[in-house]
Amino acid sequence: MANSNEASAGTLVEDWSGDKETFRVHWGKAMMWIFLLSDTFIFTSFLTSYMHVRMSTAEPWPNASEVFALTMFGQSIPLILIAIMTFVLITSSGTMALAVNYGYRRDRKKTATLLVITALLGATFVGMQAFEWSKLIAEGVRPWGNPMGAAQFGSCFFMITGFHGGHVTGGVIYLAYVATGVINGRYEEKGYDIVEICGLYWHFVDLVWVFIFAFFYLW
Amino acid sequence: MAHVALADKGQELSHPHSWITQYVWSQDHKVIGIQYMVVATLVGLLALVMSGMMRLQLGFPGTFTLIEPNEYYQFVTMHGMIMVVFMLTAFFLGGFGNILIPLMCGARDMVFPYMNMLSFWVYLLSVIILVASLFVPGGATGAGWTLYPPQAITPGTPGADWGILLMLISLAVFIVAFTMGGLNYLTTALQARTRGMTLMRLPLSVWGIVMATILGLLAFPALFVAAIMMTLDNVLGTSFFMPAVNILGEQLEHDGGSPILFQHLFWFFGHPEVYIVALPMFGIASDLISTHARKNIFGYRMMVWAIVAIGGLSFVVWAHHMYVSGMNPYFGFLFATTTLIIAVPTALKVYNWVLTLWEGDIHLNVPMLFAIGFIFTFIHGGITGLFLGNVAVDVPLSDTYFVIGHFHMVMGVSPFLVVFGGLYHWYPKLTGRMMNVTLGKIHFWLTFLGTYAIYLPMHYIGILGVPRRYYANGVTDFMPESVATINSSITIAALIVGGAQFIFIYNLIASLFKEKDAGGNPWNATTLEWQTPDTPPKHGNWDDELPVVYRWAYAYSVPGADKDFIPQNEPPSDKTGKE
Ligand code: HEM
Ligand SMILES: [Cu+2]
Repeated sequence: MANSNEASAGTLVEDWSGDKETFRVHWGKAMMWIFLLSDTFIFTSFLTSYMHVRMSTAEPWPNASEVFALTMFGQSIPLILIAIMTFVLITSSGTMALAVNYGYRRDRKKTATLLVITALLGATFVGMQAFEWSKLIAEGVRPWGNPMGAAQFGSCFFMITGFHGGHVTGGVIYLAYVATGVINGRYEEKGYDIVEICGLYWHFVDLVWVFIFAFFYLW
Repeated sequence: MAHVALADKGQELSHPHSWITQYVWSQDHKVIGIQYMVVATLVGLLALVMSGMMRLQLGFPGTFTLIEPNEYYQFVTMHGMIMVVFMLTAFFLGGFGNILIPLMCGARDMVFPYMNMLSFWVYLLSVIILVASLFVPGGATGAGWTLYPPQAITPGTPGADWGILLMLISLAVFIVAFTMGGLNYLTTALQARTRGMTLMRLPLSVWGIVMATILGLLAFPALFVAAIMMTLDNVLGTSFFMPAVNILGEQLEHDGGSPILFQHLFWFFGHPEVYIVALPMFGIASDLISTHARKNIFGYRMMVWAIVAIGGLSFVVWAHHMYVSGMNPYFGFLFATTTLIIAVPTALKVYNWVLTLWEGDIHLNVPMLFAIGFIFTFIHGGITGLFLGNVAVDVPLSDTYFVIGHFHMVMGVSPFLVVFGGLYHWYPKLTGRMMNVTLGKIHFWLTFLGTYAIYLPMHYIGILGVPRRYYANGVTDFMPESVATINSSITIAALIVGGAQFIFIYNLIASLFKEKDAGGNPWNATTLEWQTPDTPPKHGNWDDELPVVYRWAYAYSVPGADKDFIPQNEPPSDKTGKE
């Protein structure tokens, strides 16, 4: 397209302020990027609040490695479930990236299959999270208190993993919706940008998990 | 394959089939904008009536018993929160943002009209939840618009169980609504401008609204998170914000939380919120001043960069609201410094408005009166802000009427003057009718002079030490009797100003039927919204072809041109020279 800013290979500012489109991407993709930026601020607020109350509380903070340990083969392995969950989620990012690739090649079958696999991995993650929640609840951890130490431990745990889990669940539904669209050929005309847009969201949710993992479980 | 800009592909618009889809479930950005404006005006009137009732109590203590002492906090809280969030934010972004962005950018609609429509309905829901909180057991929350814990959710504060809960839910719902709208405003302005409309040719109104939208998208998350955590503290008994509290010998079930954390989250939202209201006000005022002074805005690029700089800086000043909360003196020094730095781009804007007026061909139309009035009130409110930005001055003045006078001047009256100016200015485009000029002038003078009669004396009694959020002052050593007299006079002025707003509402409605046809471009303005083929613009705004833009938005009184304005979409001719 003969946009005026294409002719003049100008500076970054000229490029950005050219007419019609600041970023040469699909409207939906631009909007998703902006939304994710806003969402980043939500998770940042959650995580800094967690750090703040962890410092403000007078009770000792429970040791995450012990709380999140599973006893397998007669041995207590710290953070094993969380490690598997993280592995599952990061794998799903890989399958998502492949789906985007096949989407642009218009290979509907492979795209749809990969999207379904991604969604299943996401659902597995949520399932394991539910298992972890029920295990902690069985051990007496509640949002308002727990036997191991500071009450804020449980509050932050349920709030942050809950909010993230909600994002993953939403993502699974979104993936399923896009997958059915791909199968039905809904995007043949409009193009397969939607797979990439969905992928942006999915990678974001994974990335957030890495931060939660680092700050909540490893610290 | 070359990338095809989406605006060129032609947007599929869902055209209305019935009265309902045209005016109620409408996806047309102009209808949605008007819906936002109507709802915001209605809650705004509620907040206005509440302020009148508070003033009656303060001006004539004991004479009217409209408000019981224990209800006063609820009035203060609802008045403040409605005015700031549900009225001004919604009006500028949902109202003006919706109407102006697509028209001024030369787009057919917002990029995602359906989501835009949802944004309005979710906003309406948030308003309904807010108003419902007046009727629940215990009434609305009386925590102050800042909702500080622990008192917001401790027994003894009005509305500590139901009122605060509904307030928090209402805020969260509002944020969802704003996000849906805000994503649209920003994406439309970035990605759907018409051919030739570079960012540096956009009218300043769009710049102001877009930057405010960015601030909103980055600042509301902090409030959202704070609302979630306080809801959990309230409902589930967690202790994010609640330290160990002992009331009348009774220990509450909370322990170890941090009330200061809430203040940080709240003001990380709260200060940018001031600029969410202020930046659209700056932008719209610039356009009104330039159009009615028939002169290009002085220093357009500077004005744009000032908007961007103010927006960025507004994220690093929040703790100037917490000088009295207890903090490290160096921290206070840091935030005082950043606060004073914001004054530089802000003062620059004020100079540029004045320089735009300088030697202009000033038409004192009603919108221009409001714009000039705004320059006055904004300078006054801004200068007292410089006082309060300094720790040593703020500490004694904090929580007095000086603060009330300051922020009403800078973010109460000033945005309202611009809202009024903007409505008088764009009403002809939205309805095809002019507004009655005589009524408009009466409205202006009563409001403008009235606000001075209300707020100037407040600075004085604030310096004497009269505290804010008090139901009645009684007799004390530091308050001379004249304080009571001043309070009565403030109340009388407030009632007159409040009454004057009903003249405006009458004018809005009556002009629809009584006034003369406006034509497409009654102010001879250059920007695209005045060049639409129909007035009011039809669904889709333009005919088959989108307009093409050849110049910036401020081609007024160009030497050698045959009119004193050249519309942005008028093709260059030999006469108008180099463009
Ligand atoms: C005629 C117009 C108005 C009058 C007479 C008025 C009057 C008042 C009064 C009497 C108070 C309570 C003072 C106290 O006891 O602490 C108050 C507080 C407040 N007003 Fe207004 N007001 C008006 C317009 C506005 C506008 C346009 C805004 C928009 C920003 C606004 C924002 C606030 C805020 C944020 C508070 C503080 C609430 C709190 O302390 O929690 N007011 N106003
Ligand atoms: Cu501030």
